[in-house]
Amino acid sequence: MPVLDKAGTQVWHRRTRNESLVRWFGWLLGVAVFVVCWQRISDATTWFFVWDAPRIADDIWTRATPPRWEYITQLGRPIWDTINIATLGTIIALFLAVPVAFLAARNTTPSALIIRPIALLIIVSTRSINSLIWALLLIAIIGPGVLAGVVAIAIRSIGFCAKLLYEAIEEIDIKQVEAITATGASRWQVMAYGIVPQIMPAFAGIAVFRWDINIRESTVLGLVGAGGIGLQLSSSLNVLAWPQVSLILLVILAAVVISEWVSAKVRGAII
Amino acid sequence: MTARLEDMVGTPWRKPPFVRSAALRWTLIVGTIAYLIAAFATIEVDWGRVYIGLERGWQFILGFANPDFTSRGKDIWEGLLESIVMTVAASVVGIAISIPIALGAARNIAPLPVYLVCRAIIAVSRALQEIIVAILLVAIFGFGPLAGFLTLSFATIGFLSKLLAEDIESMDRVQAEAIKASGASWMQWINYGVQPQVMPRLIGLSMYRIDINFRESAILGLVGAGGIGATLNTAFDRYEYNTAAAILLLIIGIVMALEYLSGIIRARVQ
Repeated sequence: MPVLDKAGTQVWHRRTRNESLVRWFGWLLGVAVFVVCWQRISDATTWFFVWDAPRIADDIWTRATPPRWEYITQLGRPIWDTINIATLGTIIALFLAVPVAFLAARNTTPSALIIRPIALLIIVSTRSINSLIWALLLIAIIGPGVLAGVVAIAIRSIGFCAKLLYEAIEEIDIKQVEAITATGASRWQVMAYGIVPQIMPAFAGIAVFRWDINIRESTVLGLVGAGGIGLQLSSSLNVLAWPQVSLILLVILAAVVISEWVSAKVRGAII
Repeated sequence: MTARLEDMVGTPWRKPPFVRSAALRWTLIVGTIAYLIAAFATIEVDWGRVYIGLERGWQFILGFANPDFTSRGKDIWEGLLESIVMTVAASVVGIAISIPIALGAARNIAPLPVYLVCRAIIAVSRALQEIIVAILLVAIFGFGPLAGFLTLSFATIGFLSKLLAEDIESMDRVQAEAIKASGASWMQWINYGVQPQVMPRLIGLSMYRIDINFRESAILGLVGAGGIGATLNTAFDRYEYNTAAAILLLIIGIVMALEYLSGIIRARVQ
């Protein structure tokens, strides 16, 4: 407990002088970095547009309301595509994530030295790249359409699912595994009866959770041409059809809210 | 009874089915298969196009083996710097705004009207995706990193306030009451009763959000909101896979470094 001597009386301080000096420099550095960053943003901004923003926002609002309700007849197929992209993408991702998770978990990996780092690399690299970027890449390779969206969602989700799943595998109760092993079970039987039942609730929870996220992500994949309702959004934006844009945004919002509700219900039932 | 036992020894054990009711089980199975068939049927695949694309895919994989950091070096560097600048500024502003909103959205601290307003802000921020917010903000504020900065700040509020508010709601009441009993003012109560309890969580969540903000800043450029996304999009459009691979490698590298750093910081504060 640092106590400083101040004119004969002893005063208690929370930190020693060196410690508070270091902290003070830390804050100074942080503020300086922030100011420099803000300066750069400010330099790259046309401030005239910013001052004009309230007028433009008001203009967009008057153009966008009321939404063009009759356009909804053309949104049935795109929203069906969007849901399919999310669902199929999640299913494919789960199939791929399970082996990756088992290879990445410390207690089930066949080799902690070689295979585990490779599995972790797959997890990090698929997770750190957004599904829109995966979609861009896949469109260049397999052409625009729903398939590119499904594959983009699938690749993007591998890392997320595998990461949560391997953490669940690492946290399993070892006693059950030992009990199964003691009955003379083979490696695969231990997996099926000792490990899998323990991670099943986590697995189901992860699947539904990721499906919910994927509904959100698949609604915008169309912006780069990968199918779904985002295609309608981007074509409406391109022709500045604001009443259609507002309707599409409402539909997306409804899809997101419903999927969140479904996912919460299902997770509540499982866990 | 003995006969039954004999029978049971004779039949091998079987795992009980996941869904007890047979009718429900079969409905679920058939329904799922029907949906999957319907869903797969809607995917139109142009196999000729895919075949042509495989060549490009191979080019792209080769691009990873031989990433080109130099020929578009200036664009990459500027895009990356803009992404980082947006991430830093938006994280600072977003976190600063999130804290009061989180206090307002915690039911055990805030009165009901404040609670409802703050929860509404969180709900709006979470329901709108970053890229859609970015489209609207670009339309309003013009192209450039300002729109990206605002988007990321807005998205940070929903994420951080929600999780922080939940942490405040589950805090230990006894400590906070002890501070209150000593006659502390509201600010002192927050500062000494609540803040120390939620600080580790706040730091952990902030680090995680910085990580997310950087990843998101990489795509905002697709709609004109600044950052590395614009450079990446150009590289894909020109089929410059070596450059695209270089950018992706840089993004992965920075995300990995951030994750590693946040791991160290979170381990230290907890």
